[in-house]
Amino acid sequence: MLKISDLKASVDGKQILNGINLEVKPGEVHAIMGPNGSGKSTLASVLAGREEYEIEGGSVVYQNQDLLELSPEDRAAAGIFLAFQYPVEIPGVTTINFLKTAVNQIRKKNGQEPMDAASFLRMMREKSKLVKIDPELLKRSLNEGFSGGEKKRNEIFQMAMLEPTLGILDETDSGLDIDALRIVSDGVNELRKDKTRSFIVVTHYQRLLDYIVPDFVHVLYKGRIVKSGTKELAKELEEKGYDWIKEEVDGQVPA
Amino acid sequence: MENQVLIDKFSAEFAAIQQSLNGKSESPFNNVRKAAMAQFERLGFPTPRHEEWKYSNLKKSLASDYNYHVESKLNENDVKSVPLPNLHGNVLYFVNGIYKAEYSEIVTPTDKLKIMTFKEAQAEIPEILEAHFSKHVDSENEAFSALNTALANDGVVVYIADNQTLEEPIIMRMLGDVTTENVGAIVRNLIIVGQNAEVKVAEAYRTMGEKASFTNAVTEIHVGKDARVDYYKVQNENDFSTHVGTTQVYQEDRSYFYAATFTINGGFVRNNLNIILDGEHIETFMYGLYIPNENQHVDNHSVVDHRKPNSVSNELYKGILMDKSTGVFNGKIFVREDAQKTNAYQNCRNVIVSKDATMNTKPQLEIWADDVKCSHGTTTGQLNDEAIFYMQSRGIPKDEAIRLQLLAFAEDVVSKIKIDTIHEYLEGLIIEKLGE
Ligand SMILES: Nc1ncnc2c1ncn2[C@@H]1O[C@H](COP(=O)(O)OP(=O)(O)OP(=O)(O)O)[C@@H](O)[C@H]1O
Ligand SMILES: [Mg+2]
Repeated sequence: MLKISDLKASVDGKQILNGINLEVKPGEVHAIMGPNGSGKSTLASVLAGREEYEIEGGSVVYQNQDLLELSPEDRAAAGIFLAFQYPVEIPGVTTINFLKTAVNQIRKKNGQEPMDAASFLRMMREKSKLVKIDPELLKRSLNEGFSGGEKKRNEIFQMAMLEPTLGILDETDSGLDIDALRIVSDGVNELRKDKTRSFIVVTHYQRLLDYIVPDFVHVLYKGRIVKSGTKELAKELEEKGYDWIKEEVDGQVPA
Repeated sequence: MENQVLIDKFSAEFAAIQQSLNGKSESPFNNVRKAAMAQFERLGFPTPRHEEWKYSNLKKSLASDYNYHVESKLNENDVKSVPLPNLHGNVLYFVNGIYKAEYSEIVTPTDKLKIMTFKEAQAEIPEILEAHFSKHVDSENEAFSALNTALANDGVVVYIADNQTLEEPIIMRMLGDVTTENVGAIVRNLIIVGQNAEVKVAEAYRTMGEKASFTNAVTEIHVGKDARVDYYKVQNENDFSTHVGTTQVYQEDRSYFYAATFTINGGFVRNNLNIILDGEHIETFMYGLYIPNENQHVDNHSVVDHRKPNSVSNELYKGILMDKSTGVFNGKIFVREDAQKTNAYQNCRNVIVSKDATMNTKPQLEIWADDVKCSHGTTTGQLNDEAIFYMQSRGIPKDEAIRLQLLAFAEDVVSKIKIDTIHEYLEGLIIEKLGE
């Protein structure tokens, strides 16, 4: 479904991704961990199509098409969804109207008729129950004045509404209380029931991976995937931290 | 003095009017006009050397020829075919500044609402007319107001008696017929709202045709004690139009006045909104939205003059500037020595969509009282790229994302419109213009 090969990217002339290789097959969940500033959000943003990032080399093939050629909105229409580490506040646009526009734009791109108001509302009700988000929240301006946890929950709610093929979760667990963590994970696991759907889950905490059990765990460091393993790797990192990996990597390349 | 030829033209026109008046030329109404003409001849047209016209250069607008008093060939059907959704209420039609009683539809009974020409008002309510006509318009310093007063003739006096609440709004449709020639129009109206009366008024300017126009508009509004007035000015004229307009408001004790100025389209626009709060416990609200594109120029000047204690004024203007357009906001707040416990707020926020657009803002607070709360702020920013990417990542195309963001920006001004017709009309116009 997704094949990233030797991907290099920079921002403001500073190289951040230094050759990423990653393959995600349908139905798989890949966790990406790694120290702060290692390039996890950059990778997520590049996959979603943020323009500030300059692609310096490599390729990304998604469902047999060159992903890097597509605009962010076309990527969304093709089934890519990024749950932001820092969801953006959009004053004056309610979540409901925002999602109605998003759903119908995606349908339009895919040659479908717009959803009628009743079906849309039914879907909203169903999905808001799934992630236990307060419907009142959805009538407010998108993310404006939302608490950190509410913003994250709203990301998952949007993901549930848009039903992506590849969900990228950038630290969705950060800032969630224990109950919310479980609810958000349940939401993701519900979507996982569709075996064609895949996820890339960026997290700092192995706890999330107890709920959303990954098929693979990768460690990103200095813009490269320096170690890959199964969920056992996450446990090891939880215990030992990143120093041993940093030493391994930095030791290979003498200063 | 510049534009002497033009000034002479107006002087000659004025002289001709005076000739035709023979016996009646000493009426108070006419005396005011004569004094105003003298002021205009002294002032001439303003240039950017004039402090209040620093960023608004009229040179190009004044260079064209305009024909005044053009009798439009458009018939009633043509005039009424100009769309305005859900139109109901007291609808007054003006073509090239000339009131068209025969097209107008007055639904409110005359004991509540009187619509008179200036001639009728001189006969029917001479004292009231004398008490209010050109009482607060600054003909001493404002050339256009002086000229407008001198040539005042074709507009109306709207009179709402004390204690009357008008359920139906008054909608003044100001049409400029520029289908065949360049047209100049003097638009002059006087709205007198009696004590404890309540009314909603809208002025909707609109051109028909592609020739140039020069509109000089003055609306005077007297807001009596305990009266409540909502006033809307909607401008949607062609790219070759010039509009210099003044809304002069005078408020008495405990009155409420709300003004909303929407400049959707126009070549060169200058709006003066001058409000005198000459009483206590007055509430004044001023909202504005301007969305120029291409080479359009929109200048909003406002003056809020707090003369007595315990009143509140609140001003919020918003601008979206596209292409090579230019904008000006100049907001003056005066708090006189007597006006203790005044609350006066002013805010002007702008989004510059194109790197070639510019906005000049100048808040000006002059406070002589010591126990007051005043604040002002202006911001001029760009689109929020983060928000646009966020929307794109949800499948919303970039231009749609920009439009959503701009509509949201405009929303807190647009949402305050209380006349359905105007609300619907404006929403449509804004969406259309931002979608270009
Ligand atoms: N727009 C930008 N301009 C300059 N530097 C940037 C920009 N975006 C990211 N960076 C830098 O790139 C590096 C990687 O950032 P990124 O956000 O991808 O890290 P991360 O792995 O997600 O970190 P964290 O765990 O803290 O979220 C950091 O050093 C960051 O400062
Ligand atoms: Mg990050």
